Amino acid sequence: MRFERREHRPAALVIATPVIAVIAALAVAGVLIAFAGAPVLTAYWKILTGAFGSRLSTTETLTRAAPLMLTGLAAAIAFRARLWNIGAEGQFYFGAIAVAAASAHLFGGLPSLLQIPILFVVGAIAGMVLLLFPLWLRLRFSVDEVVTTLLLNFVAILFVSMLIDGVLKDPTAFGWPQSEAVADAARLPKLLARSRLHIGLAIAVVLALVVHFVQSRTVFGLQSRAAGLNPAGAGFAGVPLARTLVIVAMMSGGLAGLAGAIEVMGVKGYVTTDLSPGYGYSGIVVAMLANLNPLGVVLAALFTAIMFVGADGMSRSMGIPTYIADVTVALSLISMLIAVFFTQYRISR
Amino acid sequence: MSALMDILASAGLWAAVLRIATPLILGTLGALLCERSGVLNLGIEGIMTFGAMIGWLAVYNGADLWTGILVAAVAGGVFGFLHAVLTVTLGLSQHVSGLGVTLFASSFSYYVFRLMVPVAGTPPTVEPFQPIAIPGLSDLPFFGPAFFTQTPPTYLAILIALILAYVIFRTPLGLAIRMAGENPHAAEAQGINPMAVRYGAVIAGSALMGVGGAFLTLSAFNSFFPTMVQGRGWICIALVVFASWRPGRALLGALLFAFFDGFQLRLQTALNGAVPYQLFLMIPYILSIVALAVMARRARVPQALMQPYRRGER
Repeated sequence: MRFERREHRPAALVIATPVIAVIAALAVAGVLIAFAGAPVLTAYWKILTGAFGSRLSTTETLTRAAPLMLTGLAAAIAFRARLWNIGAEGQFYFGAIAVAAASAHLFGGLPSLLQIPILFVVGAIAGMVLLLFPLWLRLRFSVDEVVTTLLLNFVAILFVSMLIDGVLKDPTAFGWPQSEAVADAARLPKLLARSRLHIGLAIAVVLALVVHFVQSRTVFGLQSRAAGLNPAGAGFAGVPLARTLVIVAMMSGGLAGLAGAIEVMGVKGYVTTDLSPGYGYSGIVVAMLANLNPLGVVLAALFTAIMFVGADGMSRSMGIPTYIADVTVALSLISMLIAVFFTQYRISR
Repeated sequence: MSALMDILASAGLWAAVLRIATPLILGTLGALLCERSGVLNLGIEGIMTFGAMIGWLAVYNGADLWTGILVAAVAGGVFGFLHAVLTVTLGLSQHVSGLGVTLFASSFSYYVFRLMVPVAGTPPTVEPFQPIAIPGLSDLPFFGPAFFTQTPPTYLAILIALILAYVIFRTPLGLAIRMAGENPHAAEAQGINPMAVRYGAVIAGSALMGVGGAFLTLSAFNSFFPTMVQGRGWICIALVVFASWRPGRALLGALLFAFFDGFQLRLQTALNGAVPYQLFLMIPYILSIVALAVMARRARVPQALMQPYRRGER
């Protein structure tokens, strides 16, 4: 089989790509559901009703989508500049634990209006730090950041585990390893009363708009894209490569750290080592499904959240392992890669 | 200080070193083979997970242990084929495709495992490989119990390292693999099909990764549980760089690495909780990062690594 580059990319095809990819992923996952001996369409219907069937499930899906949007944006920004930040999971935990520590020991007495923004900054900085280190290794020693950011995920989670079992351990938690809780003033206001849905969702959507603006309307946005598409050419054209990558890393790590901060302040109030069900890794899929478009990230995060929340409900009633959600999400990443390829190439006769 | 010496002088430590090293040796060799042909295979973490699961599942359902290893190898090869379709035929980003394969293979492992094995209080187990004492050598004082009383897959892993070193540097096949990874256009000019070579290398390398995973459930432990691979795949990717893409050094690197790991485990017990255990668990990952930083500039990377080859396109 041979491929030739398309002369132009039909706009309709580009927009339809993620839809086709998701349908393909659902079809393959359907085979796995059938393999488990369950009716496929019923299972998908239960996933949908599990995600939107009631007020509770709808707010739960939206609550889940917020951190996915932030980690998705973190991956999208970095990947666009060809900075392979696979460490969002670790950065998420760094942001989370930094916020818990800062609220419990430094800023706990401050009023909400002051404390919440300060804690956002603290969480973002913690995430940045964890990404700037592998970026420094890349710029100084030419070490591939894919492997270092992946390895740092394990280090970061062990570090958090050490803190919540040691200096930051909540003495009132009956011996369970969990961090001290953030102050009441640090808890995020709810978007909707009597639900877990907090303003984190609104923050994530606004940040997606901001990132979209920065990428499409500013000099920096152009530079970061050029640095990714053709580093040598961009450098020749006067783009400060190292500085661009540092800023990209600060934005990417900052967003992942902020995701952790918001999850602690909005949902749980304290940190455990199961705070994230893989938000950092799912963020990569979200970014790819969105084709690295910040506004697409919002929709892709919603799809991923629907799969995860919906599969929980479906699993309980139909006896299919919840892992089917992870399988479908991973499959949609692979089918998206293939689908994007066919918007750029066609099979030549 | 004497505690340190006691640990170093115990045959148990050195026996553990080989045991810890085995999955790393197999995984590193697999990743090395892929990369020598020009394809970075970040699917390794997921492929090892799947190998661990499917090998164990086969044995749990009545297959014998070697059949379990074979099943893991074939399954690894199938995921390798998927990675090759994405990166060789379609020429997609090797980073993202590999991560996709890892996410898919690991979640698929957990799905199949949950489906086939009902939730139970204690995880079900199989009868794993037993250590085999090599006649004569195993009677040596200290060295016998340390190095010559291992399970069969460990001997196999060392043998594969030697074979791979021979194949890569001393055979026409090895030359073809290296050419595909250094300069596929030149390989094509010599009548070698670089795409076919890459397919073969990625499939064979992924099969080794699958076997590395199966060692965990069929020899090191006797049951499967999610997240048991614990980043070993990523460590293997780092070890390939540390080994400068040479199988012999990969073997040594994996052993050195396993030595630190076995040593920290024993030190942890000796210190008896005086230092948080998490610090010890961090050591392997931090060591990998240090190894990368030290070696990245010095190592000679295959020149066409991560570059897709499209006929007629430069």
